[in-house]
Formats: sequence, C-alpha cells, structure tokens
Amino acid sequence: MTPTLFGRLQTRLFLTVVIGGLVTLAVTPLLPGRPGYAATIEALLVILGLGFLLWEPLYHALQQFRWEKDWPLGFGLVTVVNEGLVAYWLLDVPASTYVAQLAIVWFSIWAIGAGPLRIVTIRWRFSGGQFFNSVGGGN
Amino acid sequence: MTAFATSNGPILETTARPSARPLPQHLVDAPIWTDEDVVAAGLPIHDRKFVTIGGGIGSFVLVDYLRIAGVPTSDIGVLSNIEAPWETYEYLTRVSQIPRAERLRSDSSSCPDNIWGFPSYAVREAAAERTLKPLVNVLVEPILSDYWTPRAGTAFRALAREAARIEWDACHVSGEVSLTRRRHGGGYFSVLTGHDGHRHAYRSRVVHVAIGYPGLRYLDDLQEHRTRTGDRTRIVNAYENHEHVYAALRDQPGTVLVRGGGIVASRVLQRLMDDREQLGVQTEIHHLFRTYVNGSHGTGFTWRRKGSNGFAFQGFNWPKSAWGGQLKRKLDGLEGEQRRQFYEAMGGSHTPHRRSWEKQKTRARKEGWYRSFQGVVGSFELTDTGVQVAINRVTDRGPDVSPVAVDHVDYVIDCTGLEGDIESSRFLSDLLATTGAGRNPLGRLDVSRSFEIRGTDQGVGKMYASGAATLGGYYAGVDSFLGLQYAALAIIDDLARDGLVKRIGPIRSMRQWWRWTRNQPPTEGQR
Repeated sequence: MTPTLFGRLQTRLFLTVVIGGLVTLAVTPLLPGRPGYAATIEALLVILGLGFLLWEPLYHALQQFRWEKDWPLGFGLVTVVNEGLVAYWLLDVPASTYVAQLAIVWFSIWAIGAGPLRIVTIRWRFSGGQFFNSVGGGN
Repeated sequence: MTAFATSNGPILETTARPSARPLPQHLVDAPIWTDEDVVAAGLPIHDRKFVTIGGGIGSFVLVDYLRIAGVPTSDIGVLSNIEAPWETYEYLTRVSQIPRAERLRSDSSSCPDNIWGFPSYAVREAAAERTLKPLVNVLVEPILSDYWTPRAGTAFRALAREAARIEWDACHVSGEVSLTRRRHGGGYFSVLTGHDGHRHAYRSRVVHVAIGYPGLRYLDDLQEHRTRTGDRTRIVNAYENHEHVYAALRDQPGTVLVRGGGIVASRVLQRLMDDREQLGVQTEIHHLFRTYVNGSHGTGFTWRRKGSNGFAFQGFNWPKSAWGGQLKRKLDGLEGEQRRQFYEAMGGSHTPHRRSWEKQKTRARKEGWYRSFQGVVGSFELTDTGVQVAINRVTDRGPDVSPVAVDHVDYVIDCTGLEGDIESSRFLSDLLATTGAGRNPLGRLDVSRSFEIRGTDQGVGKMYASGAATLGGYYAGVDSFLGLQYAALAIIDDLARDGLVKRIGPIRSMRQWWRWTRNQPPTEGQR
C-alpha cells in the first residue's frame, strides 16, 4: 500500500469502525470469558484512538525512510504486536479475551484492506488511502 | 443514431463507398472540417461516441472502464493496426527476453484485465496452481523476498478473457489512422485507412489516443554506426529481434558487450548467463554502465535508493507511491521546471533486485567471465572478426573525449533507451501541428490531470491521451499497467462530469465486479 498520512487516518477510521465494529458485534458473545459489549467496544476504541494519535503519525514518519514511500502489506499484519501491547497496557481486560478479540478483528481489517476493499471503492488505491477524493480532475 | 448534441444544424450522414483516393491536400491542411467537406472528399462517415486510436493495452483498459460504466459496444470505436490488444506489448517483451513463461516487472495487483486489481495475479496463480507460495511472497515482500510479479502469459491470457467478456471485437476496426481533425460544430473526425487501402472517417465526440511508443530511438553513436556501415548484425538494440546473436554464440564462443543498467540489460544478462549455464556456451560478458552505482545513493537520508555493482535497484518503473501515494500527490502539484527536476530525481536507470540474478552475477564474476565497468562509447569500428569499441571515461562534467580503453568484442547488445521523440509518430506529429496540442516539460504530449490533451477541445468534444506519449505530465506511471488504469479512471471520471458516462460508484462497482468473477458481460445502460 502507498498511503498518505490523511489516507492512513481515513482508512484506519473506516476499517476500524465498519469492519472492526461489525466483527466485534458478531464475535463478542463467543469470546472466552464472555465479556460484555462495553468491554470489547472500549478495546476497539482504544486501538482506534492510539492509531490516530500515535501509530499512524509514527508509521508515516518511518515511511519517509523508504525510497518507495510505501507501506508493505506485511507491515499491516505485524504491527498488531506493538499496537496490541500498548493498548493492553491501557485496558483492564483478561488477556485471553483481549487476544482473541484482537486477533480476529485485526486480521479481518487487514484482509479486507489488502484487496476486497477495492471492489467497493475503485479510486481508493490511487488516492493514498483516502475515500472521498476524485481521481484526476482539474486542468 | 448520432453521437452528438450539435449546435449548428443536422448532421450529415453518408453512405458513400469507401475511397482509396488520397485525401485532398486542402483537407489535410485544414484544421477544422465540416461534415460537407468529408462528404465531398468521398469518405464514408461512421459515428461512434467514443473513438480510441491505438488498440493496444492503453485503448483496451479505457474500453474496459467504458464498458463497465455501461457504454454499449456500438458507441465505441477502437481504430487499430493490431488485432489483439497485447500484440505490440508481447512483441516488445518477447524480443527483450520475456517470453510468456517469464515474469514481467509489474505488481501483483496491477491487472489490466480487472479494474479492481482484485483478485490479484498472485491470488489467481495461488488458486490455479494450488500453492501458497505467491501469497506468502506478497505477504513478506519486499523485505524478506523480492517483489512477486506475474508471468507474461498470465497477463495475456487474462486480457484475452476480459476482451471476450467486454466484446472487444465488436468495437475493433482494423486499419491505420493517419490523422484526426476538429469537426465544425463539435467533436472530431479520425481518418482510418483500412487494409484494403480504402479510407473512412470516424466522427466522434471523444477521441482517445493511445498509440504507445512513438518509435524506437537509438543513441546517436549507434544510429551513426548504422547509417555509416549498414550493420545490423554485430551491434543490435535489445528491443529488436536479436536471436541471431545468441545462436552465433552457441556455435562459436565469443565476447559480448552489454550496454545499459536497466531492466532490459538485466534480462539480456540473464539470457546470456542461462545459455552459458544450461547449454555450456562459453560467452564472455563485458558490461558497460554510463552511471555506475555502488551502494545506496540519493540526495538525503529520506531519499536513498539501494544499489550495487553498477545497478540501482527499484521494484518497478517508479518508486511505488508514484502510482497512488505520497510521490503521486507531490508530482500532481508540480509544474514546468520543478516537475522536470522531480522526474529526474525519481528516475535514472534501475532494475528490480532479484535474488536469482544476483546469485548468477556473483557466480559469473567469481568465475571471471563477467566484468562490468563505467564509461561511455566513444566510437564503434567494425573489424574482420567483430567490433572494436572505444570507451571514454565519464567525468563529473560529462564524458571525457579521450578513450581510456578499447574493447574488442564479437557483439554489442545495446540496452539503452527505447523512446523516440513524439514527432517520430506521423499521427502525433500531425496532432502537434494542426490541433493545438503542445508539449509537457519532458517534451511529450501535454495532458491535464484528467489526461485531456490540452488545447484540443472542440465544442462538446474532448481529446484524451494515455501511455508512453504522455510521460512528463502530472502522473509518472503512465507507461505501466496500473498507470493505464489510472489514466482510464481519470478519463471516465471526466466523462462522467460531462454527463457522457455514468460514474462508477460503489454499487455499480460491486455489481460489475461480481459479473467479472462470473465472466458475464458488463451491464449496459444506467443500472
């Protein structure tokens, strides 16, 4: 992927809220420890908040050291480790519940962003990850 | 049925028999034609709302988008001197040593047969060959593996399937287009000479020009050598068919000078080295770089490209984000000299890093039959047994005139530049002279961010261009699968703003993708 900072934030917001939200709603009753929706939604919001304030700006800065100014597909998967650990430190949830939710939600978001999202929005991949952006245009 | 909302009276229709007579000179000289002019010249008029000139992959991708946006085949004319859209591309890849079974230099999700880029070629190859290897590769690239790229044959077969699905043949008209003229009242006439020598006028509201490389251009020294000696055997360009070189080297051991540091040089080296390793051929390879890169290079600590042993390494034609990220956004805001400089900063000769190539070259260096060095060709002289090449040093101020070495080789394979000036195409030269088209900071065709050829609009009509002829505009990756798709998307979005096609929104996109997966033709009309 070749995101811009603004595109990162838009994609993070959209995928966390829509895909992360739907997946969380669906899996919460099945998670170990039977957490309530309040706990799983709180975890999702903490991940989103940290992503916005900390991680995406940091990734964008790191991306500047890449000649291609890209963010390889695999990076989107392995960053679950750093993001997951910091969010866990802020949350008060049983580890097994948290790890199960995070694994399912993170993988779903990553998998949708890695390809199927382009079925819905054909301009997204040309717009640095922004959704509301026309292609070309102007003189 | 006509393709026009005209402002000045009815449209003339003709049923004239096609004419083989040359176009009257007064018509060729006239920048604007009336319907009456065309009728008087005896040209039958055919109406298409959209005409695309070229018929290669650039035309194909635009037609794919148009069809997916709901445009019927009867509104589209593909005026082309080739039959299959991949014909020219396949010729160029084949002679430059990428036959169908070899892999292109193209990203997995750059699929000219699929506007969504999903499922990507890696996913398709994994499914077809029941292996996870391509998927693991795209997951860990480019850190733990080189970029995964599709086989040429995979792309051509996929294009053939999509061509059948969108009924490409129903839009295709065989012939050579000599010129396009503005039409009085709006739109354009494009004159096509069929294979029978008869001329036809295609009247359209929109003209899209995608004629590929304007022509092969050789470096001055090579051109001079050819003119002087007529030799096309000892010194060849890699984009020409040069199988005779490999055949001769099989029969008799020899030395080859490879010139250039780009992807084509890598391909030619691979072929020479494969022949040596697999067929026992005893070729010696000398490799000449004008710019010899040895390590990471660039102008700042956030602007460094890797390299080694002469080569600069880059996965694709441009840094990846030039197609849709930070660098694309940056270039989009640059004009004139600033834009030219930015192209230069991103450009230069480079080749993808491939572990197999690196291993091969390391082995070859160790065994002493491959050596590379920096310099420029001072002169070529044919001798009884080969070619004598005088090599000049490159200094900071440019090439030095005094030769530093003389190399005697059996063959020279020139792997430098491909593209000639746009005026070497008769069609583009005419376009520049008569329609108001101009040049961009790199000297190619000047197009807007929507790929409209600036200065050519005519009433309700617009002309667009995509592909290599537009390099130097606001988008760098024009000469690539994904770049052709970007250009086509920019064009149909512009057409949608003008109300000529329906914008492909999320609902249409999803429905049409589903039809693609089931190999059903696109839905025509507004739904």
